[in-house]
Amino acid sequence: MENTTLLDVRSVHKGFARPDGSEYVVLDGVDLTLREGEIVGLLGRSGSGKSTLLRLIAGLSRPGGGQVTCLGRPVDGPPEGVAMVFQSFALFPWLTVLANVEIGLEAQGIARDERRRRALDAIDLIGLDGFESAYPRELSGGMRQRVGFARALVVHPEILLMDEPFSALDVLTAETLRTDFLDLWGEGQLPIKGVILVTHNIEEAVLMCDRILIFGSNPGHILREIAVALPQPRDRLDPDFRALVEAIYVEMTARRPTDTLSSRAERFPGTGIGSALPEVSTNLMAGLLELVDAKPYDGKADLPDIAAALRLEVDDLFPVAETLQMLRFAEFSGGDIRLSPEGRRFAGLDTDDRKALFARHLMTYVPLAGHIRRVLDERPNHSARWDRFAEELEDHMSPGRADETLKAVVGWGRYAEAFAYDDNTKLLSLEDPD
Amino acid sequence: MFQAHPPISVGGHRRAFGIWDVVTLGLLLVTLALLAEGGRVAVAALPAEPQIDLDPANLPYYALRTTFRMVAALACSLVFTLTYATAAAKSRRAGMVLIPLLDLLQSVPILGFISVTVTFFLSLSPGHAFGAECAAIFAIFTSQAWNMAFSFYQSLRTVPAELTEVSYSLRLGPWMRFWRLEVPFAMPALVWNMMMSVSGGWFFVVASETISVGSTQLALPGVGSYIGLAVREQDLGAILWAVGTMLVVVLIYDQMLFRPLVAWADRFRFVQESELAPPGSWVLATFRRSPVVAALAAPLARLGDWTFRVSPHDRGPMPDRDRPARAGDRLWVAGVLVLLAGLGWRFVRPVAAEIGLEEILEPLGLGLVTLVRVMVLIALASLVWVPVGVWIGLSPRAARIAQPIAQFLAAFPANLLFPLAVLAILHWRLNPDVWLSPLMVLGTQWYILFNVIAGASTIPTELRDIGTSLRVRGWLWWRKIALPAVFPFYMTGALTASGGSWNAAIVSEIATWGDVTLRAHGLGAYIADATAAGDFTRILLGIAVMSGFVLILNRAVWRPLYLFAERRFRLS
Repeated sequence: MENTTLLDVRSVHKGFARPDGSEYVVLDGVDLTLREGEIVGLLGRSGSGKSTLLRLIAGLSRPGGGQVTCLGRPVDGPPEGVAMVFQSFALFPWLTVLANVEIGLEAQGIARDERRRRALDAIDLIGLDGFESAYPRELSGGMRQRVGFARALVVHPEILLMDEPFSALDVLTAETLRTDFLDLWGEGQLPIKGVILVTHNIEEAVLMCDRILIFGSNPGHILREIAVALPQPRDRLDPDFRALVEAIYVEMTARRPTDTLSSRAERFPGTGIGSALPEVSTNLMAGLLELVDAKPYDGKADLPDIAAALRLEVDDLFPVAETLQMLRFAEFSGGDIRLSPEGRRFAGLDTDDRKALFARHLMTYVPLAGHIRRVLDERPNHSARWDRFAEELEDHMSPGRADETLKAVVGWGRYAEAFAYDDNTKLLSLEDPD
Repeated sequence: MFQAHPPISVGGHRRAFGIWDVVTLGLLLVTLALLAEGGRVAVAALPAEPQIDLDPANLPYYALRTTFRMVAALACSLVFTLTYATAAAKSRRAGMVLIPLLDLLQSVPILGFISVTVTFFLSLSPGHAFGAECAAIFAIFTSQAWNMAFSFYQSLRTVPAELTEVSYSLRLGPWMRFWRLEVPFAMPALVWNMMMSVSGGWFFVVASETISVGSTQLALPGVGSYIGLAVREQDLGAILWAVGTMLVVVLIYDQMLFRPLVAWADRFRFVQESELAPPGSWVLATFRRSPVVAALAAPLARLGDWTFRVSPHDRGPMPDRDRPARAGDRLWVAGVLVLLAGLGWRFVRPVAAEIGLEEILEPLGLGLVTLVRVMVLIALASLVWVPVGVWIGLSPRAARIAQPIAQFLAAFPANLLFPLAVLAILHWRLNPDVWLSPLMVLGTQWYILFNVIAGASTIPTELRDIGTSLRVRGWLWWRKIALPAVFPFYMTGALTASGGSWNAAIVSEIATWGDVTLRAHGLGAYIADATAAGDFTRILLGIAVMSGFVLILNRAVWRPLYLFAERRFRLS
C-alpha cells in the first residue's frame, strides 16, 4: 500500500533548557510517516514525549533538530491543512457552539455567510444540531468534545491530530464518540486524509489505528511499530483483538527493565538517587497488593485483568506496579505481576506492621529515601530544607520531575513514618509534628 | 495584585417590557449628552472665581459634571490598561521595567499625584477649564488605572496553555487572538477591578474638585466643590442635599453600570464555581432582550470582523514561555538601572541636597503615627466586620440583601460625611487625634465586610455539616472552620481597605468647618498642609515617605499574608 505520504518526520530531537543552561531531552531520534488513508497511533506513558511530538507536527513548537514535512512543505508554524483536537476540549467558554466552530474560518478571513453555512454543515455532521446557540458550559463532556471535532473538521483539514481526545470522557461517552468517529471515517464522510492519535489507552489504539508506534521514555523515542491488520469495525472481544492488546501489554512491560532503578542507578554511581520516581499513593500500592494477593489471583495476575478490575489504564497502572517492583514487593514482567513473599506478607499485616515493613523496604531499596534519612540523621537539628534535595535532584532531571520525585518520596516517607515534612516551613525533619 | 474577584450576589431577573427599549434609548441619549457637555466645558473659559451655587436645584447638573469626570477617567484607565499591561505581558524586557514601576505607582497616594501635576495641567490651556478638568480626571485615573492594569497583566500571563495552542493552531493573528482569547479571558477579573476602581474613584472625584495647591485653585463645578462651599459657609442643609444627591448617583452607577457589567462578565469566566448562583442584573437582561441594542451591536460586530480580516495573520510557531534569562536581558536591566541612576542624580539630588536630616525625620515620624492609626483601625474594623460578615454570609437570604448594600457603601464617597463628623467632634469637644481617625476607614471598611460575606457564602455545605456533626461549636468553630475559610477573602478586603485608608489619610487628618480647622498628627495632615502651602519640596517628601511606607507594608506584610492565605486556605 504505497499511498501518498501526508506527513514525514525525520530524526526529530526536542529538548528544554534547564535553569543551569543544560538541556533536558524530551524526544530523540524520532521518525514517523503518515500515509493517505491511515490512522497512526502514538502510544506510550505520560512523559514519553508523544504529546510533544504532536505539538511539533502541529507547528506549535519547533524541533531542536531534524525535520517535519507536512503535505510537502517543511513545518514552520501551524501548517495549512492540519487541525487538532485537544484532550481538554479547549473550547472558548465565552463563545457559543456555533461561534466556537466558526472561529477557525473567521481566522482565514472567510465571508460571514460562507462561514455560517460550513459551520452548520460541520455541526450537523458531528451530531450537534440544536446546540448551535449553547455555551460550552451547558454541554456534557461528550458534547463538548463533539464541538472540538466540529471545530477541527470545519476548516477541511487533510490531517487531523488528536491529543488523547477521549481520555477526559467517561467510558461510555468515549466509546460512543470513538464509534461515531470511526463510522464517519469509514464512510468517507470526513474531509481528512490521515489521522494521528496520541493515546495511553492500549485498547483505544488497537480499536482505532492502522499502525501503532509504541513510545519509550527518558528520553522519548519510538520503541516499536506494530501494524494492526484487523478489519474495521473491530470487536473488543475478538480473540485476535485480545491477543494484540495482550501482546502490546507485554511489549510495554518487557521493555521496563531497561530503565528500572538498578540500571538507572548505575548511570549515576555513588549516590543512586538520580532516578525519577512516580507519585504513587501508598493507598494504591496497598490496594494492588491486596487485590493480587487475594483469590482468584493468589499472588500472580495478568496486567490487563488487573487493569480492568481496578478500572485503571496503563498510565495509572504501570507506575504502581513499577514502584512495587522497586520496593521488591512484586515482580513485573511479560505483562504479569507476581508478588514476592514480602509482598504477600504485607497484604496480610495490620496497619502498624505494614508501615514497619514498608519503612524497611523503602530505606533499603529506594536510595533517595535512604539518602534523605541519612542527611537528617547526620544533622544536629535533624532537619533539612526541601530545596536542598530538590536542587540535588535537578542535576539528574528536569525541575518538574525533581519536584514530583521528591513529593513521591516524601509521601512514602510520611506513610512509613521514616521522616516528616512541614509544608509551611518547607522543612523535612525526623520529628513528627504534635 | 488585587486581582481577586469574589463572587457577588445581585437581584433576580425581571420580565422585559417594550418600555425598556425606550429606557435603553434614553440611556444612550444621556450618554451622548454627557459627552457633548464634556466637550463644551472643555473649551469653555475657566471662571476666575469658582461659581458654585448652593441652591439644591443645581445639584443634578453638578452631579452630571462629577459623573462625566469619572467616565472620562475610566475611559483613560481602560486605554492605559489595554496598552501598558499588554506591553508588559508580551515583551519580557518591557515587563521587567513596567511591572516594578506599576508596583511603585500603586503605592503613591492618589491625592499626591494631583498636588504634583496640577500646575502642569493648568498650564496646558490657561484660562480654560480644560486644564483643570484634565488635572481632576488625571487624579481619578491614578486611582483606577493601576489595579486594572495589574489584573489585566496577571490574566494575560495565565491564559490557559491549551487555549493559546488552539488559537495558534487555528491560525488566529495577534490582533484577533487579543480580542477573541486574551481580552475575554481577562474580562471577569478586569471588570471586577474596574468596578472596584470606580467605587474607590467616587472618593477622589469629590476630593479632586476642591484641591488648591498654594495659590493655584482647582475650581470645578461638581458635587465635591458644592460640599466644599457648603463647609465654608457652614450650611448643613446643603451638605445633606449633596449627600442625598451622591446617594442617588452611586445608586444609579450601581444599578446601571456595576451590576450589569459584572453579570455580563460572568460569561467570560473560565472556571465556573458551580455552587454559586451566577450574578444577574435586570438592566443587563433588558439590554440582552432589546432589539435596539441588538441593532446597535451588529455594526460593531461587523467592524470587529473587518479588523480581524485586514489585520496581519502570523504563521510562526508559538513562542516558548519562560525561557531562561539571557545575557541580553541582564544588559537591558543594567542599562535601565544606569538610566535611572542618571535621572536620579540629575533631578533628585539637587532637591535632596536642600533637605536636612531633620526635615526627613519629621514625615518619617508622622508616617509612623499614621501607620499605627491605619493598623489599629483596620484591626478594629476587622473585629467588627469579620464576625458580622461570616454571620451574614452563612445565611443566603441575609447575604442576598446585605451584599449589595455593603458594595454600595464601599462606593459611596465617605469624605462627603466628614463635615458631619467634624460637627460632632466640635460639639462634644473630642480629641481630634483620636476621633478624626475613624474617618480613614469610614469608606474602606466595607471592603472587609463584603469580601468576608462572599467568603462565608462559599463555605461548602459539607464542611458546615461535618462541623455540626462533630459538634464543633463556639470559639473552636470560629478557629477551625469559619476563620480559615474566609481568610483568603478577608485578606483581599483588608488589603484594599488598608490601601484606601492611606489615601484617605490626606483628606481625613485635617478637617474644616467654616473657619475652624481640626487637625490630627500624621503624614496625611503633613501632605495636606504642604499642598495648601504650595511647598513642593515637602509635598514630594511627604509623598515619597508615604509611598515608602505603603510599599514596605505591602511587601513585608500584606503580600506574604495574601499569598499564605491563597496557598493554605483557599477552598478549591
